[in-house]
Amino acid sequence: MLLQVKNLRCGYGSLEVVHGISLHVCAGEIVGLLGANGAGKTSLLKSVVGLLQPWQGEIHVDGRPTRGQAAWRSISHSMVLVPEGKMIFADLTVRENLLIGGYRNPDRAMQIEIVFDRFPLLRERASQLGGTLSGGEQQMLALGRALMARPKILLLDEPSLGLAPLMVKEVFDEIVRMRDQGLTVLLVEQNVTATLQVADRAYVMETGDIILEGQAADLMHNPEVKRAYLGKGGKEIWE
Amino acid sequence: MESGNLELQYFLSGITKGSIYAVVAIGFNLIYSATGVLNFAQGEFVMLGGMVAVTLARFVPLPVALAGAVVIVALVGCLLEILFFRRLQRHSILHLVIITIGLSIVLQEIALHLWDEKVRSLPYFTGNEISTLKFLGAAISPQVLWVLATVAVIVVLLHIFLKYTLPGRAMRAGSSNPSAAMLAGINIANMRTLAFGLSAAIGALAGCVISPITMTHYEMGAPLAIKGFAAAIVGGLGNPMAAVLGGLMVGVLEAYSVSRLPAAYSDVTVFAVLLLVLFVRPHGFWGRPGGESVREH
Ligand SMILES: Nc1ncnc2c1ncn2[C@@H]1O[C@H](COP(=O)(O)OP(=O)(O)OP(=O)(O)O)[C@@H](O)[C@H]1O
Ligand SMILES: [Mg+2]
Repeated sequence: MLLQVKNLRCGYGSLEVVHGISLHVCAGEIVGLLGANGAGKTSLLKSVVGLLQPWQGEIHVDGRPTRGQAAWRSISHSMVLVPEGKMIFADLTVRENLLIGGYRNPDRAMQIEIVFDRFPLLRERASQLGGTLSGGEQQMLALGRALMARPKILLLDEPSLGLAPLMVKEVFDEIVRMRDQGLTVLLVEQNVTATLQVADRAYVMETGDIILEGQAADLMHNPEVKRAYLGKGGKEIWE
Repeated sequence: MESGNLELQYFLSGITKGSIYAVVAIGFNLIYSATGVLNFAQGEFVMLGGMVAVTLARFVPLPVALAGAVVIVALVGCLLEILFFRRLQRHSILHLVIITIGLSIVLQEIALHLWDEKVRSLPYFTGNEISTLKFLGAAISPQVLWVLATVAVIVVLLHIFLKYTLPGRAMRAGSSNPSAAMLAGINIANMRTLAFGLSAAIGALAGCVISPITMTHYEMGAPLAIKGFAAAIVGGLGNPMAAVLGGLMVGVLEAYSVSRLPAAYSDVTVFAVLLLVLFVRPHGFWGRPGGESVREH
């Protein structure tokens, strides 16, 4: 198991937003984590990498316990989070953004060529400032930056957020390609259909708890998944 | 002809003072963009640099004394960050400003006790106080060239560091987006310490080269911090290279004011122009709206 989370609780101030969640991701899997706005998906990912201190629970990455470590150490466990909203370094060039992605990778000069081959658009834009890329291009840059660290497991927080349908398809295709080349992916999404199409398994969160889990193909036809979104007044994302 | 030379003389003296303001302003900017702290103790690094170098120069050759002063003051800068700012990241910008003003006073007091209230200075690096070079009819001290060259080297090296080295890029990444930088494996807390250390080091170096010309005194830091702050604001906070132009502007303004108005008006002139600039360009000459510190994100 590449990532194992047991009974994780976290929150802000005195407000608990994740109430004891357990999940796991095995090597080579794409695992979906679905849930309406405010379900606590981002908070869960943040506490897995250490941006938010977990209150309780256990986290193992590649068999090693990582709970309580500083966020900048998470990358040394071959785990990279691509955060919600991309978080591009706006006043660094595309090339610099990628090099920073490889900050802990001594082979960054070689790795950047691999990333450029994978996203030729980034090579074209190499000396442009990150902040001047379009939303879709920034998402590619965020993925490329994560790949610079040569991670084993990628945590993606809503990579399709704010992208046009064509671009969404491209991002999901890219995720499948990355998995086929040996990466493991935990994919947090609101786009239920697209996620269940590419994922092997998925979890569904509702207000801080996991209410459903199973094979993606089974969840596709489970009316409870739809309820988890619409019941919370979530927007219509079920096509 | 004579008055033309005099103008040039004032201009050169303005550029010399201004280049020291520029270094203080660069230090302001480095710390501000890396940590969000407006460090009003910045001028004390200049004072300490001069003081430590003067003392060391009694025991070791001048170049060794300068290097020693820079290293010691850099360590002081790192120590200040670790002791006072590392744990205070969540405090408001106003609290932090007050802490830096407090630190500035404490550092002055410490300097007064370690040394005394006497004015001292380093020897001229080359020649002595009466040696001059002729430049377009104006007489300048070789030390002025030392100041200008040192500041130019600081600016160029800093530019190379920030633009072309991995730690420099990491520092900029940390200012641009601290969370994303941490996710890339950058130890942000250490980057902030490094920013304080660097800032203190360049301040100390400036304090050494200027010492033969303006002398070193335990109270010299505070006015430098104010002028350096003005320079950083005029140039545009968040842009270290703009700080250089801001510093030179403040220095030249001051020199011309001294040449035409009673000496007491020089600060008034500088700050009147500062206010004017801020009316017309609220983000300074080269600052961008939105180019704010990490603290506001
Ligand atoms: N920094 C914060 N301070 C206080 N409360 C927060 C903070 N961040 C998130 N919350 C609260 O925690 C809860 C879960 O938020 P979280 O961002 O984890 O949800 P999410 O599932 O990622 O939602 P979305 O799909 O909209 O991104 C929400 O109720 C939110 O208001
Ligand atoms: Mg979220």
